[in-house]
Amino acid sequence: MSLDTGSDLLSDVDLTWVKRKELLFHVLLFSAAMFGVAMLALLIFDILIETAYGVLILGIDVGTFLTSGASRTWEQAGLLPAIIGSIWLVFLTLILSFVLGVSTATYLEEYAPRNRTTRLIEANLTNLAGVPSVAYGLLALGVFVNGFRMGEILLAGALALSLLVVPIVIVASQEALRAVPDGMRNGSLATGATRWQTIRGVVIPSALPGIVTGTILALARAIGETAPLIMVGAVLEARSTPDPTSLFGSMPTMIYYWAFRPVTEFHNLAALAILVLLIILVGMYGLAFFVRNHYETRV
Amino acid sequence: MTMATNETEETGGRNDSEPLISTEVTSSETGRGSRADETVLETRNLDVYYGDEQALQDVSAEIPEHKVTAIIGPSGCGKSTFLRSINRMNDQIDVARADGEVLFHEKNVYDEDVDPVALRRKIGQVFQKPNPFPKSIRDNVAYGLKIQGKEVTDEAIERALKQAALYEEVKDKLNSSGLDLSGGQQQRLCIARAIAPDPEVLLMDEPTSALDPVAASKIEDLISELAREYTVVIVTHNMQQAARISDKTAVFLTGGKLVEFGNTNKIFENPDHQEVEDYITGKFG
Repeated sequence: MSLDTGSDLLSDVDLTWVKRKELLFHVLLFSAAMFGVAMLALLIFDILIETAYGVLILGIDVGTFLTSGASRTWEQAGLLPAIIGSIWLVFLTLILSFVLGVSTATYLEEYAPRNRTTRLIEANLTNLAGVPSVAYGLLALGVFVNGFRMGEILLAGALALSLLVVPIVIVASQEALRAVPDGMRNGSLATGATRWQTIRGVVIPSALPGIVTGTILALARAIGETAPLIMVGAVLEARSTPDPTSLFGSMPTMIYYWAFRPVTEFHNLAALAILVLLIILVGMYGLAFFVRNHYETRV
Repeated sequence: MTMATNETEETGGRNDSEPLISTEVTSSETGRGSRADETVLETRNLDVYYGDEQALQDVSAEIPEHKVTAIIGPSGCGKSTFLRSINRMNDQIDVARADGEVLFHEKNVYDEDVDPVALRRKIGQVFQKPNPFPKSIRDNVAYGLKIQGKEVTDEAIERALKQAALYEEVKDKLNSSGLDLSGGQQQRLCIARAIAPDPEVLLMDEPTSALDPVAASKIEDLISELAREYTVVIVTHNMQQAARISDKTAVFLTGGKLVEFGNTNKIFENPDHQEVEDYITGKFG
């Protein structure tokens, strides 16, 4: 038996090339991850510069901006009706898409037979998640605004956004329902529960954190949508506070409008509005993560 | 932690000293023998298929009231299938199909007019893996009462938890989550949940196989207690467990056949079939 030292023992193992490959892929993957971060940082940096210029040099009054409506002069222009409009839209979209999405997902996961029809429905829903948002705007324009003669009201906008996010809510809810162990369903059924009692009493409560997280993330997308709202006739210059049955504007449509005004001061208003929108978005994501972390560990 | 309720009860080896003469166990040590040996459940020529595959072949057995009936056999021999065909949990599996009869108080549970939901209210089940709901301990126990439209009282919850030998350990935290309990406590919580609505029969599908030996022995002690109130049918892959806790033993062997069914001491000491003896002595399976 030889008494080789460690280095002698391993001297015939050459790792130089493998190590190089390791490093190369490490760098590649890291760069890919950083690309998105860098782009977001660039966007935020740009907005912050524009905002700072607007507030500090031009003297945009943030108080006025947050408490008044759109105006022809940039000094008096504000975002409040657009913020209220967006909150209404998100609230109504939440209710509509949650009810429709969770019901659909529950049907597909808990009731639907595993056959060709079900698979066809599921494939369709997945594809719907990829349809451009303008198309949903056109659909809502045709069906709700003109078809049901709703007019260009906020509710029609909320319906358009609901159509947009419902496939996302469905897919997220399906995943959450699928993650509920069958043992729980069996435990409930074996206690003498009906299928609906099992779903209502055990399955949906267990899946709820996942469903809520998915819904909030989908809504965060809806709140930034512009195209479908323009399609259903959102007012670009939101001057007065809307309600579900009135004409309406929203933050993204306001930003869109200001960004294309020839008077450059409005561009700084748009930047400030984007900042407000981003803050609301971050709040929504924060809520989603809170819900997930707070409740999901329990299941 | 010791259990307050079960320690006085004699547990293992009660059948070892009994003579092999009668066909029915009259187990005086547990006091169970004082009741008449009435058949609660009976299967007649039961075949169960999963698609084209036959999981049970022509199984006929009579399960006596207020006794522990153990079902043993090698993996894949159909023991769990047998259990699930009793409370029709196999209905949940699309491809499962049953022929023959399962008689519960002489009523075939596969008759058209039997609703499996109603059946399961009379025949509770405890599963291999503890499956408490993500609810409080109290709500877990109250679940069966609530869905069956029975009144949920503190007494009912306390009674079920005491019967499951869990009360002393959880009485101060009934509002904390059932998922925060240890595996053995979770399994006893599931037992409490199953017996709270007061079923007649309790089916247990390898209830200790996911537990450590200490937790498993607590459940074993409990099973002997439960047989005072309920008819217990327990599937186990642990032959020592079957010998310790059961009055009757059914031995399934490969192919889903019930090879021998009789008093536990008879099966373990002097089985009629050579295959059963080979299985029990560890020659195969």
